[in-house]
Amino acid sequence: MTNKTETKQTKFADALNCGLNWVDERFPLTSNVKAHLTEYYAPKNFNFWYFFGSLAMLVLVLQIVTGIFLTMHYKPDADLAFGSVEYIMRDVPWGWLIRYMHSTGASMFFVVVYLHMFRGIIYGSYRDPRELIWLFGVAIFLCLMGEAFFGYLLPWGQMSYWGAQVIVNLFSAIPFVGPDVSEWLRGDYLVSDATLNRFFAFHVIALPLVLLGLVVAHLIALHEVGSNNPDGVEIKKNKDKKTGIPLDGIPFHPYYTVKDLVGVAVFLIVFSAIIFFAPEMGGYFLEANNFVPANPMVTPAHIAPVWYFTPYYSILRAVPPIFNSQFPGVAAMGLSVMAFAFLPWLDKSPVKSIRYRGALYKKWLAAFVVSFLILGYLGTVPSNVWGQFGPWLGGADRATVVARIFMVIYFAFFALMPWYTKKDKTTPVPERVTG
Amino acid sequence: MKTTNIMKKALLVLAFIPLMAFANEGAHLDKAPIDVSNHESLQRGARTFVNYCLNCHSANYMRYNRLMEIGLTENQIKDNLLFAGEKVGDQMKVAINKADAKKWFGVAPPDLSVEVRARGADWVYSYMRGFYRDSASSTGWGNCVFDPNTCKVAMPHVLYELQGEQEMNHETHQLTLTKPGRMSVAEYDGLVGDLTNYLAYMSEPAKQQRNHLGWFVLLFLGVLLVVTYKLKKAYWKDIH
Repeated sequence: MTNKTETKQTKFADALNCGLNWVDERFPLTSNVKAHLTEYYAPKNFNFWYFFGSLAMLVLVLQIVTGIFLTMHYKPDADLAFGSVEYIMRDVPWGWLIRYMHSTGASMFFVVVYLHMFRGIIYGSYRDPRELIWLFGVAIFLCLMGEAFFGYLLPWGQMSYWGAQVIVNLFSAIPFVGPDVSEWLRGDYLVSDATLNRFFAFHVIALPLVLLGLVVAHLIALHEVGSNNPDGVEIKKNKDKKTGIPLDGIPFHPYYTVKDLVGVAVFLIVFSAIIFFAPEMGGYFLEANNFVPANPMVTPAHIAPVWYFTPYYSILRAVPPIFNSQFPGVAAMGLSVMAFAFLPWLDKSPVKSIRYRGALYKKWLAAFVVSFLILGYLGTVPSNVWGQFGPWLGGADRATVVARIFMVIYFAFFALMPWYTKKDKTTPVPERVTG
Repeated sequence: MKTTNIMKKALLVLAFIPLMAFANEGAHLDKAPIDVSNHESLQRGARTFVNYCLNCHSANYMRYNRLMEIGLTENQIKDNLLFAGEKVGDQMKVAINKADAKKWFGVAPPDLSVEVRARGADWVYSYMRGFYRDSASSTGWGNCVFDPNTCKVAMPHVLYELQGEQEMNHETHQLTLTKPGRMSVAEYDGLVGDLTNYLAYMSEPAKQQRNHLGWFVLLFLGVLLVVTYKLKKAYWKDIH
């Protein structure tokens, strides 16, 4: 009996091997699995912050799959769009679940990507030799912002409509070509059916294609140079003499695949809690005004972008017009996003990780995080939210003045980085990774 | 160490900022008695909605037969809620012509399918109890909930026979019932409460299913978390 089962098992394994050989002779399957999973050596000291890369991939897949199902029922037509979303919410079986997964997924994408970026900043993951990984990452972030912006028009509610109107109009501020550019983007003199159709095309095919390509490039670059770690130590410097495997490295699979599964479970708990119990997240994920159909004749009293854009939106509002031109604000907003791309060349510290940096750097980082959060909050509320200063400050909006102060800190974090990272008193970096 | 303390304090302050922001909202709103598990209240609200609101306001995304979810039978829906030859699977549409309506009221009555999601239940509850006699307005009615600045509103008080007439003291912003209607104040508040409850249900009919299912999903994920955690521990036991 046992003998028989054993022969059966060997026969099955032989057949499997035979099939695998057949594929390997025609496609580098085994070598790729080895290069990217079973023989990709990652530092063994990854901590909490290292979950967010794989989680971003998970959310990307969720967004694509739920997006495909939404596309089956959604109608990109100014007369039908709003109703088709409600149709999905009511008449399509499980449509409400798919839609909430997609709308919550959009916000959660930015949550995990912001945490992923923060990880890169605190452990110096953008430093030599990982500059290209970081640049691909910044490109992914830009692409994601575009994806979110185009997608937000599709429900065709008041916030969709007026948000798109405001953002497209920003391009009008570009000197000389601005008005033509914004008209070209809209395909009309105002946001209309033509705009909805092209935004739909950008959202469901153009940008997802670019996004996927960039994610692949991000991963190829990562696996070429290897992962950074919380100590900022290059594990490839200490290899086993015989095997050539980094002493502090462990195969990504199975170690990090099983570890990331724990992260996935925790993430899904948070994700599901939002989807099933608070899909609007108090108006931050789904805005109340977006349950009113788009109306080009009625401008809402308060137009605010979704929370993930608000730090940059705050900066846009904080910059006063110069010579009656809004362009400086638009330029400042663009710069506030693009500033991340320069980090690899702004950071002059001899160490990578925050663990071995001095108090000066930590203070600047704390100031940046606080500025980012306060600017983010201020972008969600009208600029008169805290009232006005007295005549001694020209009756300026208090919130605007506060936004200006934090905007200066935001940019100073980047602009002064070469200076304070050089001056910072760092501590010695160990040879090998710790804990 | 010190810097982390500063950051923690800063985050604590940030957590309270939204509270400060909500402190200066416009009109005062009364709390609506919302309980979408109370089927009797929802049925009463549906009756009021169909009888009084559904003449001018549509609910284009809501189907009549969905009301079977709140305990009505198909025959009850047909006998009590369908008046103009609609089919039970039809959406709650209205015959009113949008252009006519705009001529009569200055604005076409909005669709109410997702009104509670747009404005909030408390707003609807307060609004329907906030009409008062205003001889200066074209309909004879004012409502400060709709527009706290001008107290103007395009919609006339459709339920005035039930509520009676209120008058507004513009100095104290107090409403007083000057001419009682067919209902007592408590009865009218109950009727509007049921109506608001129905509108809240209608704005997202899947909400109850969503909340109910959520606990099972979280339970499953809780088990998954334990399993994946043990798996990770087992695999990592040789890593130091």
